[in-house]
Amino acid sequence: MNNAKKTLWKVIGASSLGTLIEWYDFFIFGSLSIVLSTKFFPADNPTAAFLSTLATFAAGFVVRPFGALFFGRLGDLIGRKYTFMVTLMLMGGATFLIGCTPSYESIGFLAPLIVLLLRLLQGLALGGEYGGAATYVAEHSPEGQRGYWTSWIQTTATFGLFISLVVILLTRLLLTEAQFDEWGWRVPFVLSIFMVYVSYLIRKNMDESPEFKRAKSEGKTAKSPLRESFGNTYNLKFVLLALFGAAMGQGVVWYTGQFYSMSFMKTVMFLDTDQADLILGIALLLGTPFFVVFGKLSDRLGRKWVMLTGMLLAILTYRPIYEAMYQLTNIEKKTEQADLRRQTVMAKETAAGQILEETITKYFTDGTTVKHITTSMPALAQDGGTQDEAVQFKPSQKTTVLISGINYVCLVILIFVQIVYITLVYGPIAAFLVEMFPVKIRYTSMSLPYHIGNGIFGGLLPAVSTYLATNAQLQGKVDFYLSGLWYPIGVAGVCFIIGAIYISKSMNANAVKP
Amino acid sequence: MESLKKILGVVWILLAVVTAYFCVFEFGIPKLYTGHQEDLVFGIIILCILTPIISIGMAVFGYFALRGEYAKKKM
Repeated sequence: MNNAKKTLWKVIGASSLGTLIEWYDFFIFGSLSIVLSTKFFPADNPTAAFLSTLATFAAGFVVRPFGALFFGRLGDLIGRKYTFMVTLMLMGGATFLIGCTPSYESIGFLAPLIVLLLRLLQGLALGGEYGGAATYVAEHSPEGQRGYWTSWIQTTATFGLFISLVVILLTRLLLTEAQFDEWGWRVPFVLSIFMVYVSYLIRKNMDESPEFKRAKSEGKTAKSPLRESFGNTYNLKFVLLALFGAAMGQGVVWYTGQFYSMSFMKTVMFLDTDQADLILGIALLLGTPFFVVFGKLSDRLGRKWVMLTGMLLAILTYRPIYEAMYQLTNIEKKTEQADLRRQTVMAKETAAGQILEETITKYFTDGTTVKHITTSMPALAQDGGTQDEAVQFKPSQKTTVLISGINYVCLVILIFVQIVYITLVYGPIAAFLVEMFPVKIRYTSMSLPYHIGNGIFGGLLPAVSTYLATNAQLQGKVDFYLSGLWYPIGVAGVCFIIGAIYISKSMNANAVKP
Repeated sequence: MESLKKILGVVWILLAVVTAYFCVFEFGIPKLYTGHQEDLVFGIIILCILTPIISIGMAVFGYFALRGEYAKKKM
C-alpha cells in the first residue's frame, strides 16, 4: 500500500469513527426514550411532559438544520478539521452529561431542563458533524473515487444505530432488570466519553483538508459563507436542487427502511420487541457493506442514476413489501393447533388490590406463537372502584407475536431489501453533495439540504404516516396499514421526477462557479 | 427537455401551495386544538418552521425552474 493510500485510510478511519460515535450518541437517546421518560420526564407532570416533547421534536427538526448552518459557516471560515473536532467534543460531552444528570426525583424540574438543553446540543453537534466529515474525506479523495471513499462515512449512520442497539442489549443482558432501571441505563451514555476521547486523539493528529488549505493559502475562502451560499441566486438554485432532487427522497427512504419498518413490526404486526430489534439488527449488518458497493458504483455510473434507482425501487415496491410483511403475522390466514392452546391466570397483589393477568398462548402450524395478555382488576369490575384505584390501574390488552422458520427468514429478507434501497440512495449522496458546491462554501451549502432532507422530510415520516393510516382506518379501508406509506412514496416520487429532469451529469463535474 | 423544465416550474409552485394548505389547515392548525401538549408543540413547529421551509423552498425552486435557471447553459 503506498503512502497516499495509507494516509487516505487514516483520514477515513478518523472521520468515520467520530461520525459513527456521533450517530451512536444521537440514537441512544431515542432507543432509551422510554427509560428516560420515567427518569426525567414524568408523564403526570405537564411541564416535564412539555420539555420531553420539545426534546423529541426540536432536536431533529429545528436544531439539526441550525447546527448545519452554524458549523457549516465555521467550517468554511476556519477549516473542516477544527470544526468537526468541536462537534465531536460537543456531542460526546452532551451525551456523557445526560448519563450523569440526576433524575427528576432528586433535583426536580432542573433534571428535564438540563436533559433538554443537552439534547439540543446533541442535535446542534450532529447538524455540524456530518457535512464536515463528508467534506473532509471528499477533499482528501482522488478525483473519480469520491463515491467510494465517502461511502465509508455513509456506513456510519446505519452502523451507529446498530452499535447503539447492541450496547443497550448487552447492558441489559449483563445487568438485572432492577439494576438497569436504577443505574444501568446510564452506562451507554457514559461509555460515549471514552469513545469520543479515542476519536479525539486520532482526529487531532490529522491535517486540514488539502483543498481547503490551498484555498486558504490563495485567499479564496469565503468571507461570509451564509450570504454566499443562500443569498446568491446561482448557488441557491443548487441548494434547492440538492434538497428537492436528492436529499428529500433520500431522507424518506432512509427513515422508512430504518425506523418505519421497526415501528411497523412492533405496532402493526405486533412482533415481539426483542425479535423485531434482532431482525432489524441482522438486516442492518447484512446491508451495511452495500453502502461501499453503491458508492463505488457511483464513481463509474454517475451519482444520479444510482440514487434515483434506489428511489424508484422504493416507490414501486414499498406497498408489496409491507403487505408481505403484514401477512407474515396475520393469524387469520394461519391454522391454529387448537389442542396446544394454553391459558394461564396469574394474580398479583398490589396496594390498590388484586390484579389478574390472563395469558392465552396460541400455537400455529407454521411455527408462529401468539400471546394475548389481558390485565384486569376484579374489584374495579365489580364495584367501579374508588377514584384513586381507577387512576392507578388501567386494564390493558396486549398481543405479542413470535415467528420462526421460513417466516423469520422472509422478514429478514424484506427488511434487508429496504436497507439495500437505503444504501442505493445514501451511499453516493455525500460525494454528490460535495461535488455540487465549490470549496469556499461547500461545508455550509451541502450541510443544510442534507439535514433538511433527513431531519425534516425524514423526521416527519412517523407523524404524517400515522395521520394517513388513522384516516384510512376511520374510512374503513381494508388495507389501512399500508396507507402510511403514501408519504414516503409521494415524497420520493416528487424527488425522483425532479432529480431525473433537473440534475445533469455534467453539473457535478463542473463545480459551481462563485 | 428545456421547455419541460420550465413548464414543470408551474407544477412545483402549485405543489408548494398544496403543501402549504395541507401543512397549515390539515396538519398544523388542528394540532393546536387537540388539547394535548405534545400536539400543541408539534403544531407550532409545523406552522412556524416546517411549512415555511417546505412550501417557500418548493415555491422558490419552481420559480427558478420557470425562469429557466436550470437550463443546461446556466448550470
